[in-house]
Amino acid sequence: MAILEVNNIEKHFGATKVLENVSFSLEEGKALAIIGSSGSGKTTLLRCLNFLERPNGGSIAVRGETLFDASVPAREHEKELRKKRLHFGMVFQAFHLFPQYTALENVTLAERLLAQEQPDFKQRRREILQEIEKHGQQLLERMGLAERMHHYPHQLSGGQQQRVAIARALALQPDILCFDEPTSALDPELTGEVLKVIRSLAKQRTTMIIVTHEMAFARDVADSVIFMDGGVIVEQGDARDVIEHPREERTRQFLARYAQG
Amino acid sequence: MFWTVTQSLLNGLATTFEIFIFTLLFSLPLGLALAFGLMSKFRPLRYLIQVLVWVIRGTPLMLQLIIIFYGPGLWLSHNIWSGNETGRITATVVAFAINYACYFSVIFRGGIEGIPVGQREAGQVLGMTRSQIFFRITLLQMVKRVVPPMSNEIITLVKDTSLARIIAAYELTFAGYSFMKSAGLTWPLFYTGVFYLIFVGILTLLFNYIERKLGYFR
Repeated sequence: MAILEVNNIEKHFGATKVLENVSFSLEEGKALAIIGSSGSGKTTLLRCLNFLERPNGGSIAVRGETLFDASVPAREHEKELRKKRLHFGMVFQAFHLFPQYTALENVTLAERLLAQEQPDFKQRRREILQEIEKHGQQLLERMGLAERMHHYPHQLSGGQQQRVAIARALALQPDILCFDEPTSALDPELTGEVLKVIRSLAKQRTTMIIVTHEMAFARDVADSVIFMDGGVIVEQGDARDVIEHPREERTRQFLARYAQG
Repeated sequence: MFWTVTQSLLNGLATTFEIFIFTLLFSLPLGLALAFGLMSKFRPLRYLIQVLVWVIRGTPLMLQLIIIFYGPGLWLSHNIWSGNETGRITATVVAFAINYACYFSVIFRGGIEGIPVGQREAGQVLGMTRSQIFFRITLLQMVKRVVPPMSNEIITLVKDTSLARIIAAYELTFAGYSFMKSAGLTWPLFYTGVFYLIFVGILTLLFNYIERKLGYFR
């Protein structure tokens, strides 16, 4: 069974339709790439999945549990919304690290706050916080940032900041990790280190949705790909098939523009 | 004579300091609350606070002080402020706290709105509550942003305390002025100025220190 099922998502801002009839599903342990020109609705789709935008129509289910259904007009309490958000992790284009915290504190903050809600937090405080600290250190080591744990964001390069952001998103062990153009804000020579990390996550069978402009990367790392244009899914399928042998004319034109560089 | 004047001025300084500290103590949290009012999505509340800020910033502090000190006695037939020095200082602090809270609220609002939306969204996707996002993410970034404009306001507050003379609170300027009235001396006025300069000098050092302390992040 698919870990994520998205059905007929619709989103409009005023009279502008941003997403129309968007449906797809994702298997556990697979990586999905979403490609398309800017303004095609890719980022809005990710924001809907993370409940940063509320879709006007459609439904979202994770592991068979319906998290969102537009036909059920529910005013959600913050508590439920928070729980739903934790199914997804989000890595932003512009990192959005918290500047006043070190790399390690950025990674552990959310986990520490959640731990406070555990009933036995008071008795096991020291123990729990040590575990969280260790978990954070392990994550940063996996990102190749063992030497940078106690640096503040402004002391890190863009690529390092983005890797901290990935560790931060992984810390809460989301079911699905979303990347919103993770390398678009980076200097070209820094994209490699971030793509390498995402590549290794794919090897470890992390379920991921990656919005990207890196076509070669999408082809090599993603299992499936979705091409969006004007708020609709134009073509979806196996990543290599779609990128190397697109069936739709619009996909072909889009990819041709990339091939020209 | 020098010692008599010094002693008098120190007495006045105590009152000035009292007004200053209590005004800050009340106007800082009140200003933050008003800032949230100014950013509220609930329009009636937002408009109400906007009108309050307009009225308070649009009229002289001295006028507000006179109304708050004399008003209750004339409207309610009994004065809510006791007639002694404590009553005068309390009335002054009430008027000043409301006035300064309005100025602070606009500064705080600017400080909060200047923080990129992405900071809040990063907190949201990590499952943080609104209050966690405010206290753990927004607050310190806001404080860092508002230190320079706040230092201006707080230095102005030091000198605005001299307005309390209008309701005969014996503050620093009143103390210096009384020697001119009683003995025709002008040098105590300059001496009074030195007191203010030292007070503001210390504050300036304090603000520099805070700015340096918060310089560890960008």
